[in-house]
Order: sequence, then C-alpha cells, then structure tokens
Amino acid sequence: MNMLLLQAVKKTKKIKNTALLLSTALLLSTTAISQVQAQELDIKVTNLTQGIYFTPILIAAHDSETQLFKSGEIASAELQMMAEGGDISALSAMLTTADKAENPAMGLLAPATSTSAMLSTMDGNMYLSVVAMMLPTNDGFIGLNRWKIPSEAGTYSFTVNAYDAGTEANDEMITGGGAPGAAGIPAAPGMNAGTGGTGVTMTEDNTYVHIHRGNLGDDDLTAGKSDLDNTVHRWLNPVARITVTVN
Amino acid sequence: MISINKKLALVTLTTLMLSACGGSSSGSNMMPVDMPDPMITYSYQVTVTNLTYAQPMSPIALILHNEGQLWTVGEMASAALENLAESGDNADVLAEAMVLSGQSGTGLLLPGMSEVIDVSYTFTDVNNAPMMFSLATMLVNTNDAFTGINALAINNLAIGESISLTTSSYDSGTEKNSELMATIPGPAGEGSGEGFNAERDDIDKVAMHSGIVSVDDGLMVSALTQAHRFDNPTLAVMVTRTE
Repeated sequence: MNMLLLQAVKKTKKIKNTALLLSTALLLSTTAISQVQAQELDIKVTNLTQGIYFTPILIAAHDSETQLFKSGEIASAELQMMAEGGDISALSAMLTTADKAENPAMGLLAPATSTSAMLSTMDGNMYLSVVAMMLPTNDGFIGLNRWKIPSEAGTYSFTVNAYDAGTEANDEMITGGGAPGAAGIPAAPGMNAGTGGTGVTMTEDNTYVHIHRGNLGDDDLTAGKSDLDNTVHRWLNPVARITVTVN
Repeated sequence: MISINKKLALVTLTTLMLSACGGSSSGSNMMPVDMPDPMITYSYQVTVTNLTYAQPMSPIALILHNEGQLWTVGEMASAALENLAESGDNADVLAEAMVLSGQSGTGLLLPGMSEVIDVSYTFTDVNNAPMMFSLATMLVNTNDAFTGINALAINNLAIGESISLTTSSYDSGTEKNSELMATIPGPAGEGSGEGFNAERDDIDKVAMHSGIVSVDDGLMVSALTQAHRFDNPTLAVMVTRTE
C-alpha cells in the first residue's frame, strides 16, 4: 500500500514536470513538438472473457525501440516471469525511460470487469504496450505490443488477443508453480478448478511467443488430463478490450 | 474491418444547395399556408450472412435507436436480451423502450445463408434522425450464446453508403454452459431443449463467449458435436442506407 502511495506521488510530480516541459517546448516551437508531444491518456482495460482472471496489468508508453514481447521470438526472462507467475516487476524494471501504470486493478481483474489508469506520457514515448498473465493458464498472457498512440485527441478502442510465452508446457495442472521454470499453474482464482489431472502435455515444442491455442480442460474435476473445467476455462479471441482516450 | 463508401456525399450536398436557391427566389410571392410538417424517412438495407458451420441463427432482430445499448460487457443482460440469448425469441428486444423502429428476420438464418432485411424510420423533426443501429441473434445450438452489433453509429451514413463488418459472439451469462440436450433450444436439442428460464445460474454478466466444448472434445454429457464448434467471427453484416 505504501509503495502504491509512493508511486502515486511520483506520478503526480511527473505530471507537473511534463506540463512545465511542454509549456517550454510550446514557446520554442509549435511545429517541432507535434511529433513528440507529451500526452495525457486515460486507459481502460476490459477483461472480455467469461472465466479467466488477469493478474496485475503492466501498462507502458515507451519509445519506438522498446518491445515487451515479440511474436515468433524467444520470450525474455522478464516476460517469462510475468507470463508464468504474474510478476511484472522485472518487466517494469526494464522500462527505464517509459511512462508506466502498474497494477491498476490493485490485484486480479475478474472476468467481465474493467479497470482504468491515467498515464502522462513524456516526449518520445509514443507507443503503448499492455501485458498481464491470464489465470488459470500455464504461461498465457494478454498482449498489446507497440500500439502507436494517436496524436489527435479522441477515444480509440480495440481488442487484444491471448499469447503463449512458449516457456512452459501447458500441462493445465494447478500446482502453485508460478516461478519461472516451475511446472504447473499457480492458481485458479475463480475456485472452480479441479485436482488430480495427469497433465495435458509435458512438453512445450513451440518455444517462441505465439498466439495461445486456448485451454483444453476436461469434464472431470478429480481426474482426467486437466485440472481445468472445459465449460469454464476456455476462451476465444479476443480476450481484452483496451479503450484509450487521448486528452 | 469497417469500410465506408462515400461517393454520394457530393451529390447530396449539390441537391441541397439547388433546392435552397429555388426556395429563396420564389419565396416573396408565396401566400402563407399552414403546411403539415414534412415526413422524413430513413431506410436501411441490411444483409446478414451466417458464417458458422452448424449454428443456425435465431430470427435476426434489427433496431434503429438514438440511445442505449442492447448489451454491455461486464453488466447484467437485460431480461429481453436474456430471452433472446436463451430461447432465440426476439420479441422483447424489438419491444425495448429505446427502439425507434425494429424489424425481425423471417426465420432461422441457416449456416452459409444470407438474408436481406429492410428497416425504416419515419419522423418529422429533422433532428430526430436515427443515430444508431443494433442487431442481435442467438446461436441456437448453445445455452445462451448470441452475436450481433451494438449501437453502431449510422448518423453520418449518406444515402447509398454502406458499412460492412463482422461480429464476435457473446455469452449472456444467464445460463450455465452445460450443453445438456434439455438446455439447447436448437436442432441439437432434438426438440426437447428448454429455451428461456428466468433463473440466472451463470456469472450474470455479459462476456465474450468461450466457444462450445462438445462431446467430441471432452464434455461427455454434451448434446453438441464437433460440428457445432464455432470461432469468431460468426456473422458478416452490411448496412446500406437506401433512403
């Protein structure tokens, strides 16, 4: 709680500094800043799924070079921590020059609920990325990668798909394993999963970041291959809606 | 996903300018006459295509409205939407208070089939033109899946212009996805499936649908087969303003 307060105070200071910078820049040149202008954003994330929770969400506005993940490439260790255990701290620490909103839902974002964050972007941080682990999955996450923030004021809305980090076998066994490299799913927050699964698969043959193929689940909560319920824990894309208001 | 064709905008503008000129030149000689307000009609032709393999769509409900939404992800389904999503009956949706004008499709829209449905609204005050278009229909071989369009802005659509889009599928959250024969109103329920039931035994919030499981994919009690599986999108829709 104290950490969050501290972050809030820091954020307020950042807004003031940005405003000062912006007004100085305006005096210097009105044409030069049009490409790199600081912006005030309201960002809403909606969990569109019926039975999947999102762990703490990382929202970042960053430069054109930064990417939190790349489809078709091996996940970074930082992305793996987020995708397997919901821990966004290492990914966030990587983003030294980005403007960030961390964990706006103050914990889990339940199915069919929304959370919002305000973000003041600094000059040059013109791309938006959003990630959060999906529970219960082994290493599934929602991913918005490098969305160009429009310079024109307005409300922009789009949907986001589910990715698989490619770092852990989708065994669908709820073991509490959330540490990188530890097998299994950390938890099923809806408390509607089972036990006693023998494991859907023990291998992850595609070790690159890819679109998640979805949970399989089964109809036996005390046995079968999976600990997940096939009528509750599946999904179809898209899994999230992001609404960005550029003020 | 949305494409707008703007070729007639200029023609409309020219027509407006011409009629304005004609009015002003003869205006001084006209006797004051107590004319009734002219009737204005906006008409739309809607082409709906069922993109699924084996999910018939219940009779399509089309509505023109100026406010409200048929559903909101994260909020409870209205009783009217619950009825449509569980039984396929669109009567309550078409009778919602916000509806300026509503139209139903003629019957089930079978997989692979298209239907053209016209909907019009006639009014007198030029400020009352319909601003939004919505559409809803049930995937009948499910517990409570529906698809449609929610409050599409049509206020800038000129005559001859059209908007094309595809739709995703939603779960009304009002009936658990048991897939039991007794709960499926479509053909897969073999006539024994219950439609509407006021009990809400699921999450009671509208969300996106997770797809059906089926007996072929691990739900032994399911009345559905691999053929009833679907993915997004489930409908293709083109809305053209014709008047």
